[in-house]
Amino acid sequence: MSNVMLSCHDVTVDYGARQALRGLDLTIGTGEWLGLIGPNGAGKSTLLRSIAGLIGYTGSVTLADGETPTALDLALVPQSPLLPPGMTVAEYVLLGRTAHLGWLARESRADHKIAAGVLRRLELRSFARRAVASLSGGEAQRVVVARALAQQTPLLLLDEPTSALDVGHQASVLELVDGLRRDDGLTVVAAMHDLTTAARYADRLALLHDGSLVAEGPPAEVLDAALLSDVYDTPLSVRLIDDELVVLASPRSNRNRPTS
Amino acid sequence: MHTVNEDESLTGGAYRLSPAAVCTALGALAVAGLLSATSGAAGLPVAGVLASLFDWVPFLGESSLTERQESVLFQIRLPRLVLGILVGAALGMAGAAYQGIFRNPLADPFFLGVSAGAGFGAVLALGFGLDIGWGPFDPVPAAAFVGALLAVTASATIARGPGSAPGTLLLGGVAMAALFSAAQTYALQRLDETRAREVLNWLFGQLSTSGWSSNLLLGPYVLVCGAVLFAHRRHLDVLRVGDDEARALGLNPARSRVIVIIAASLMTAAAVSVSGLIGFVGLVVPHIVRLMVSHSYRVIVPISALAGGALLAFVDVGARTLVAPSELPVGVITAFVGGPFFAYLLWRGNGAET
Repeated sequence: MSNVMLSCHDVTVDYGARQALRGLDLTIGTGEWLGLIGPNGAGKSTLLRSIAGLIGYTGSVTLADGETPTALDLALVPQSPLLPPGMTVAEYVLLGRTAHLGWLARESRADHKIAAGVLRRLELRSFARRAVASLSGGEAQRVVVARALAQQTPLLLLDEPTSALDVGHQASVLELVDGLRRDDGLTVVAAMHDLTTAARYADRLALLHDGSLVAEGPPAEVLDAALLSDVYDTPLSVRLIDDELVVLASPRSNRNRPTS
Repeated sequence: MHTVNEDESLTGGAYRLSPAAVCTALGALAVAGLLSATSGAAGLPVAGVLASLFDWVPFLGESSLTERQESVLFQIRLPRLVLGILVGAALGMAGAAYQGIFRNPLADPFFLGVSAGAGFGAVLALGFGLDIGWGPFDPVPAAAFVGALLAVTASATIARGPGSAPGTLLLGGVAMAALFSAAQTYALQRLDETRAREVLNWLFGQLSTSGWSSNLLLGPYVLVCGAVLFAHRRHLDVLRVGDDEARALGLNPARSRVIVIIAASLMTAAAVSVSGLIGFVGLVVPHIVRLMVSHSYRVIVPISALAGGALLAFVDVGARTLVAPSELPVGVITAFVGGPFFAYLLWRGNGAET
């Protein structure tokens, strides 16, 4: 791996009686796209929220310089962002500047310029005065990405950013992020539901199960049919179609174990 | 190349405090003030009042008011008008702050139990004859502040409990209001009759004053707490996306919340100490501002101060003239107006978070 950007060491999160993360070790390289995969409740969101400092954990999450990351280092695109009624797209994107402002300061011209630049870049200019709450799912997710970009952080955390979108909008949001990664050298850590999509975009996958890291490496290594079937508790097959790894649920007739 | 102005026009939008909104609010305040200064038993002519008020401006002509009229204006009408404006500004701004910090457009000092808590504290202090301070340094607002903080902390804690639903904050407030009102009644019963009557009159929500003393007490609180809330109005906008996202954006929501709640509660407590329980101003005013001007708290907070002041000045004119020569408690009128407004909001389903 190239330069290490972020290291998680022995990260453990207790939700009361349940351990959501169990001593997880993971490193993320500068400029890479790390996909977090695993069934519901595996700990993907919990790991992202730990990295973002939104929940308490034991262990350590550190940047290359040994510091704990802040909102100046990473921006989070939440799974279901709150879109306040009446707030315009421009105002929403400007919120991305919060971490750069002093406690009582207001946005400077430079902040406005950055937000306006992001709006132009993501082709949201004509949306600037629209209310965020009135946007469609795909448009809204684009605006949330815009807010994260306005934060100008080297690391972008995406929590299942496309789970509410149709296939077309999923692709457009992920292409957008991928383009930004290439152009700006961003590092991306994304919890991803769809394994085929994860294989397409991620350089490396981390497979979580029950709060532990089960496998990590390039998609071709991690997406192993037997391993996945075991972790997802359902028969899955992995095919190579047009040079792309595709994960399929096996047809019902082929299932060799009864569903419980 | 894009100019800076183009960038700001792209992203400035509703954050900006528009001159039109400020002028409208100031205009309403001026009209209310003039109406208040000229209406009442001793009718004062508008021209005379204006001339008298701007006496200090050279070449503007002499005041045409008699000495007696001048003393009515400066010793009775103006102190009361200014008190109404201060109380209205305090309640309007506090309501805006609570609505922002709790992300609940129905939150206001009255419904969170803050007013009742402050009222209980003030009743205790007044009952013990502690209204002895000078200006802002008075045990009554201090006691009211303790009561207010107890109530708002309890309501907020209930709203964070394991069984919490969207309406829990206000129901917790209702519980606190009931509890503190009962405590007030109990405390009132312990007082001797004359004292109890005095305290009860105050509790109904009165703006009657003796000269400028109440203004001297309330003014500094409104200025200082108002400045704190004004300075934190951007935080209220960040908090509109919820605590989690606000934290991910780099704000410390707990710190903002504590500062804003203390400032809003202190301001409410000071207002309650001089004018008793005046409900609904904190609910109605920010709502109207939100509907008519902007959803952004950067606009709602300052405009609510001006509009709250204007509203209470208007209401006080009604309180003094509707059943003249006797007087209605201001709190009765605000409840007559605010009650149906609140009912309408509930019916329309405006309980959603802002």
